[in-house]
Amino acid sequence: MSSTHVTTGGHQHAHHFANAAEEFEASKQGMWLFMVTEVLMFGGLFVAYAMFRSMYPEMFHEASKHLAVKLGLTNTIILITSSLTMVLAVIASQRGQKQKILMYLGLTFLLSCGFLVVKYFEYSGKIHHGLLPGGLFRNSELTHPKTPLFFSLYFIMTGIHAFHVIVGMGLMVWLALRTMRDEFSPAFYTPVELVGFYWHFVDMVWIFLFPLMYLVG
Amino acid sequence: MIGRQTQRVENRTMSKQSTKGRVSRASLGVFAAALLLAAGGAWADTPGLPIQATEVATKWDALYNFLVVLSIFFFVLVIGAMLFFVWKYRAKPGVKTKYIADHHLLEGVWTFIPFVLLMVIFVWGYAVYDKMISAPSDAMEVRVIGKQWLWQFQYEDGRSTINEVFVPVNRPVKFVMTSTDVIHSFFVPNFRVKQDVVPGMYSSVWFEATVPGQHQVFCTEYCGAAHSQMLAKLVALEPQQWEEWKRGKKLLASDFPKAGETAAISTDRTASSAAAASTASPEAGRLQLTLAEQGKAHFQSKGCVACHSVDGAAKGAMGPSLRGVFGSEVALLNGSKVVADDNYIRESIENPMAKVKKGFNPVMPTFKGQLAETEMNALITYIKSLK
Amino acid sequence: MAHTANAHGDNYLNHSSGIGSWLKTLDHKRIGLMYLFTVLTYFLIGGLFALLIRLELMFPGQTVIDPNTYNKVFTYHGAIMVFMVIIPAIPAALGNFVLPMMVGAKDVAFPRLNLASYYIYVLGALIATSALFYGGADTGWTFYTPYSIRTSGAVIAVVFGAFVMGFSSILTGLNFIVTIHKLRAPGLTWARLPLFIWASYATSIIQILATPVLAITLLLLIFERVFQVGIFDPKIGGDPVLFQHFFWFYSHPAVYIMILPPMGVISEVIPVFSRKPIFGYKAIAYSSFGIALIAFIVWGHHLFVSGQGELANFVFSLLTMLVAVPTGVKVFSWVGTMYKGSIRFNAPMLYALGFLQLFVIGGLTGVFLATLAIDVHLTDTYFVIAHFHYVMVGGALMGLLAGMHYWFPKMTGKMYLEKGARIAFWWIIAGFNLTFFPQFIVGAQGMPRRYHDYLPEFSSLNLLSTVGSWCLAVGFFWAAINLWRSLKRGEKAGDNPWHALTLEWQSPSPPPHENFSKDPVVSSWPYDYQAEAGLTPIQKWT
Ligand code: HEA
Ligand code: HEA
Ligand code: HEC
Ligand code: CUA
Ligand SMILES: [Cu+2]
Repeated sequence: MSSTHVTTGGHQHAHHFANAAEEFEASKQGMWLFMVTEVLMFGGLFVAYAMFRSMYPEMFHEASKHLAVKLGLTNTIILITSSLTMVLAVIASQRGQKQKILMYLGLTFLLSCGFLVVKYFEYSGKIHHGLLPGGLFRNSELTHPKTPLFFSLYFIMTGIHAFHVIVGMGLMVWLALRTMRDEFSPAFYTPVELVGFYWHFVDMVWIFLFPLMYLVG
Repeated sequence: MIGRQTQRVENRTMSKQSTKGRVSRASLGVFAAALLLAAGGAWADTPGLPIQATEVATKWDALYNFLVVLSIFFFVLVIGAMLFFVWKYRAKPGVKTKYIADHHLLEGVWTFIPFVLLMVIFVWGYAVYDKMISAPSDAMEVRVIGKQWLWQFQYEDGRSTINEVFVPVNRPVKFVMTSTDVIHSFFVPNFRVKQDVVPGMYSSVWFEATVPGQHQVFCTEYCGAAHSQMLAKLVALEPQQWEEWKRGKKLLASDFPKAGETAAISTDRTASSAAAASTASPEAGRLQLTLAEQGKAHFQSKGCVACHSVDGAAKGAMGPSLRGVFGSEVALLNGSKVVADDNYIRESIENPMAKVKKGFNPVMPTFKGQLAETEMNALITYIKSLK
Repeated sequence: MAHTANAHGDNYLNHSSGIGSWLKTLDHKRIGLMYLFTVLTYFLIGGLFALLIRLELMFPGQTVIDPNTYNKVFTYHGAIMVFMVIIPAIPAALGNFVLPMMVGAKDVAFPRLNLASYYIYVLGALIATSALFYGGADTGWTFYTPYSIRTSGAVIAVVFGAFVMGFSSILTGLNFIVTIHKLRAPGLTWARLPLFIWASYATSIIQILATPVLAITLLLLIFERVFQVGIFDPKIGGDPVLFQHFFWFYSHPAVYIMILPPMGVISEVIPVFSRKPIFGYKAIAYSSFGIALIAFIVWGHHLFVSGQGELANFVFSLLTMLVAVPTGVKVFSWVGTMYKGSIRFNAPMLYALGFLQLFVIGGLTGVFLATLAIDVHLTDTYFVIAHFHYVMVGGALMGLLAGMHYWFPKMTGKMYLEKGARIAFWWIIAGFNLTFFPQFIVGAQGMPRRYHDYLPEFSSLNLLSTVGSWCLAVGFFWAAINLWRSLKRGEKAGDNPWHALTLEWQSPSPPPHENFSKDPVVSSWPYDYQAEAGLTPIQKWT
């Protein structure tokens, strides 16, 4: 099948759009809708969290003390910083500064790695102390019989969030490759902007997770 | 062109008005018929439905019949009109259509009338439901355990039966139910009641049987291979049969006639077997501990006595006395209050930290996994008996 | 209408050839057909499972299969029909073909994403079906915990398959919303949108808002089985009823994903075959959104006996009643459209009339179930089974068949064979009522659902129902074979055989690769049947 892209004035837009601006608007709207579905998905988890927390407030209080607040805080700072570098990458792409795009994407990528490394230490600490989800829970310090639930929620919510971080890193690599192939220009930088959206969303989720998990009480 | 259109619409409205009186009178008639039929449900079994073996069933049938008639009315209205139109206005050469795009009054009417009817249905439905779930406080209690794939019943007198359960007629009875594995659901069509039976908590269902004999019980929540075999017979006993049962006579559900069917032969059989049983000691049943007594024994053997007294005075600071707890309002450490019902007592035993009583330390160990459901039932019945 | 594009015979079917040109196509029309093909294949499989269910229930006791097999059969029947047939049937299959053309676009907003949605759907469907070969699942399509945690078998595969298909549904919804917003032809204002588009729009909103919750629920269920996380497992302190809340938070709105698009189809077919403007255009358009909105706040009516609490029951029963109001508005408006029309009885119209008959029964019995006290006795009996077959088969599938016949000429360039289509219709409507009406009665008498065996007193009605299922099967096979034969023997269809006014009919049949030979411009309402009423002649659209 023939390519569906037509080239008009240095950037591309698909044949069924009238012009590039319209295509950009459409993509942006699509991304917003996608974010809505993400919110609802995490929303489900937050509802479960709220329900169990209201049922067992003391247990949440107690169990939360066993999370590493310092590591969590470090990660919060890392993610906020990475959001900043991501914004810079988007700005660079709007201006068509190829080197800068690559640099900021690289920085964001590195920060995400940092996030995952910290996560790794956190998780292995939990595993070491038997602070595991549900039926795998093996810790004897925490006596409340419902404690495993807290760690189920902890691992599921932060795990799904970490998965989103990894997906985001994949997207950055993809952007970097496209940047190197000179596919972006001030007239066409939609993918960079959309990945930027996505990344801020991932950041936002963490901003909710951090106090809800680490700072209960 | 616009003018022509409005004129058409007006024409339509006018022709509508002439029929309106007739239509509304007709629908009033149907409505009255519906109510009459609904009332009909109040004194006779309804064809196509199980027999009415409780007062709730009678009320249920009345509402059901009302809905049936109402549905027939709307079905005939909508589908009748549809069939009439497709016949009357089938394409004929040369005949023009009428350009009608809307009619606000009509649209208002068919939004408003269904809305009102639905609200009536809702209120009526809720009223019957309220009756269905509000057990009288003097209801006799039977504890029910659902398992893959049988029903176990524990009576206050300590006996227990499987897949058959005996209750008196014309007395309110409340079943307090739980499950040992997956969700089941307890359903007695003749009583029009049903309630899910969920592991880890208690749910309840109540009824007052008005028709003696066997009533079919189904499990209606899918629970695996033998879901369709998870049946039981609920037998509503006549007063003198109930007396015999209470005295400890062993009964068999299959000896009783199906509720609502002629009881002649079977009464004979029960009478004769009653005669046979009368030779046995009426005290036979007393050889057994009542459910509360069993609970008392567990209370000792599981070590509850170490911390709990049952005489009303707290045992030092160890644990509260359990006298009068059941049904009372308990003040908790976190400032809130709860009513001590079956689920609260169960939670206090399985998961003492969840709701700590004000004035005590959370030192009670959990007994989760250490008590069989039958033992838990006995303990709770015992705690209930500490009035 | 000019045949410029057709003159040299270029259309989307022969635009490129070879199997690869289909598998890699970005053309929404081809993707729509691929969906349709896959959906119908699964419909056949699901239908065969249904016949097996009915065969087993022909007599009490074990008739052909043992309880464990039976439980898997109804699980697969339900899961296939819901996730693989009825949810994608109209939105993804017909919607893909029709929606972009109806708004006058060359394609959907994101063609690549569209193709990806299709493959995601196929992947999910294959994962779920593959479980048949390593143990199967016996949870029922509702996957209630804790049973679904404990039972052996390939529950994870089925659940994961449904999870994957969820993304397909989300992405399709997303694609359609953006298409409707951004790619409408000049002049196609919101007030001129065909009702099928309004219905699809409302559906897409539900898909986007509800499906993610299903996704997370199913994911949690998988975690439950793999890591014993315990959120839904009372053994570990979780709450099995929470699962039910999550599940129905999606699955109730999902029933409106199933019914809104067929309602859209009906809203197109009835005016076209009555030669009259749709009655109450605005009311029908708004009521779709009314239904979609209420859909999100009534899920608890599936939990009336679960122990969710009296207050919750009160609220959910009350809210559920409200949904009947906008639905009633639609039904009355459709009937009103026929008043003083000039009605033709081609197969699409027959199916639309069939839709009305069956859907009204299904809907009215839904009100029974919404009534608190009444549901206590009827829930989990065959009354519920009958209710939802009336709305899903009688409503949604009839709508699909109406749509398939209605757009057949556009899709293939040929007319379907009218006689065969009518015969099939009568078999289906008779067979359907014979199969499912007795189930209302047997359900009210107390026969529980998901029963492999039943008491002797329910025998005769079950036998009747089984016989009915064969008539129904004859009907569906007849319809399928007739359509197949029409592909070969059908007469050549004109561009607009029904004289409809929506945009897709203003293009050649079958349409060219880019849908229209000339970019369409809209200057009037799509239901402006003035000529038939002797008013000014039809305005040209392009
Ligand atoms: C296409 C799918 C579809 C549709 C459209 C509907 C429509 C409705 N459904 Fe149904 N339903 C299902 C699919 C659907 N349902 C399924 C699959 C299940 C069971 C799942 C399972 O457990 O496996 C189910 C189960 C179900 C239950 C739970 C039963 C139980 O398990 O105990 C309830 C309870 O309230 C319910 C209610 C309704 C109502 C009120 C409507 C309303 O939307 C109907 C509105 C329509 C009308 C009312 C008719 C037209 C209106 C008029 C003519 C106006 C005048 C009317 C009056 C004044 C009454 N449905
Ligand atoms: C859209 C959804 C859908 C459809 C179409 C059907 C169709 C049918 N269903 Fe089913 N059904 C469900 C959804 C559906 N069902 C669900 C969700 C459940 C609950 C499962 C659970 O409890 O978990 C259920 C459960 C269910 C039960 C209850 C099982 C139990 O509780 O134990 C029964 C019993 O009679 C039944 C029967 C039938 C029959 C006879 C058909 C017939 O209409 C089928 C006839 C179809 C054919 C014979 C196939 C013909 C097809 C072709 C030839 C292909 C090409 C076609 C064309 C081009 C037209 N179904
Ligand atoms: C080590 C001491 C100890 C033992 C053993 C013990 N309990 Fe308790 N129990 C307590 C304390 C302390 C409380 C009050 C604090 C709380 O609510 O947890 C309590 C509370 C309760 C309550 C709630 C009472 C109220 O008024 O709200 C019940 C019911 C109960 N226990 C039952 C039992 C049963 C049954 C057993 C044995 C199977 C048992 N307990 C064993 C210490 C104990
Ligand atoms: Cu127990 Cu079904
Ligand atoms: Cu629902």
